[in-house]
Amino acid sequence: MSEEPLVRWDWIGRNWPTIQGLLADHIVMALVPIVIGLLIALPLGLAGVRWRWLYQPTVGVMNVIYSLPSLAVFIVLIPVTGLATRLTVMVPLTFYAMAVLIPAVVDGLGSVPDHVRQSAVAMGFTPLRRLLQVELPIAVPVVLAGLRVATVASVSLVSVGALVGRGGLGYLFIDGWQRQFYTPIVVGIVLVVVLAGVADLLLILAQRLLTPWSRARGSA
Amino acid sequence: MNWLIDFFGDPVNWSGPDGIPARLLEHLEFAGLSLLLAMLIALPLGLLIGHTGRGALLVVSIANAARALPTLGLLVLIVLLMGVGTILPVLIPLVALAVPPILVNTYEGIRGVDPDLRDAAYGMGLRGRQVLGRVLVPVALPLILLGLRLAAIQVVATATVAAYVGLGGLGRFIIDGLATKNFPSTIGGAVLVALLALLVQLGFTLVQRATVSPGVSERQTIR
Repeated sequence: MSEEPLVRWDWIGRNWPTIQGLLADHIVMALVPIVIGLLIALPLGLAGVRWRWLYQPTVGVMNVIYSLPSLAVFIVLIPVTGLATRLTVMVPLTFYAMAVLIPAVVDGLGSVPDHVRQSAVAMGFTPLRRLLQVELPIAVPVVLAGLRVATVASVSLVSVGALVGRGGLGYLFIDGWQRQFYTPIVVGIVLVVVLAGVADLLLILAQRLLTPWSRARGSA
Repeated sequence: MNWLIDFFGDPVNWSGPDGIPARLLEHLEFAGLSLLLAMLIALPLGLLIGHTGRGALLVVSIANAARALPTLGLLVLIVLLMGVGTILPVLIPLVALAVPPILVNTYEGIRGVDPDLRDAAYGMGLRGRQVLGRVLVPVALPLILLGLRLAAIQVVATATVAAYVGLGGLGRFIIDGLATKNFPSTIGGAVLVALLALLVQLGFTLVQRATVSPGVSERQTIR
């Protein structure tokens, strides 16, 4: 065992198709919940801004959900969604994403300066157009900051799903542990971190594209 | 529900080294020690880079990258490398999990303090360290506590994976239950961990009420 190198490159070469499959599975299970979470968080966040009294209870519930351990939730869901299915992992991750994104949407819309909103009203923007063309674009940096946190967390959390039979790259940790073999574990850790990094970079890029004015002003 | 009654109603589950009290203590030991170590690393560092602004971009980037580290992978790798003689193999991944939220929130909190307040503090004759201790930290406290709370919840929740490599804690009920198809044990363990996480959440809410200045938390408007 002491002779065993941390990484056996030939193992990676031989198992590359399997690793690719796990990577693809991982990407789907990490990112679909983020997309769905955002789609749900946007209307809920808007409702929280429109009806202020709704916001505190929503955040309270989301805080409770966020504090539930992922492994525990996966297990409680097994009787409903089945062992080793993608759904068992993706449903809790969707809720975690919402827990991060709803406050981000509310804070983002709250960051719209009052004079900007009033200018839009004075220019004759209807409420819907004001939302789509003025308020949401200004909220983008705050929402994207939340999106970055949620995405990185999601990518990392999927691997815990390996304990209930469906964890994308997390399978490599279980495999390496059971065979007392470093290489799959190292490969898994590196790929998860790289995947999170790439997703994060794409979101930073999206922010640059969506908020051209921050570049024009010369402040990133 | 019946599973829960099976699990919590069984007196065997309440005594001995495999009982709920013993496992709970182990869990609290893992989580508490990791959180303490993470605080010792992240709080001073966060205050330093928040106050001086030096090296902030580098430190925050590393911390954000570290958020992506999968705890399960880190744990099995460290245990394979070091063995399970001590609880150190559990502490390392949990500390790695807890440092980023504490560090980043402390930094953001200190840096986000209104520059006018900072200037006013200097103008009143306070020195660098006094400004930090008497003005910046109290004003940044809600964000610092938020970081600590997020870290504590994640550590409590994630300490369950320690059981996968044969260590103790509440995760044992979950992992052993999965391995032996003992569903009441698995669900019972999951419920215990969730309850503990909720208690931590509640505890932090109370600490926040008690420690954050009324002026900062806007419980009292200053005229």
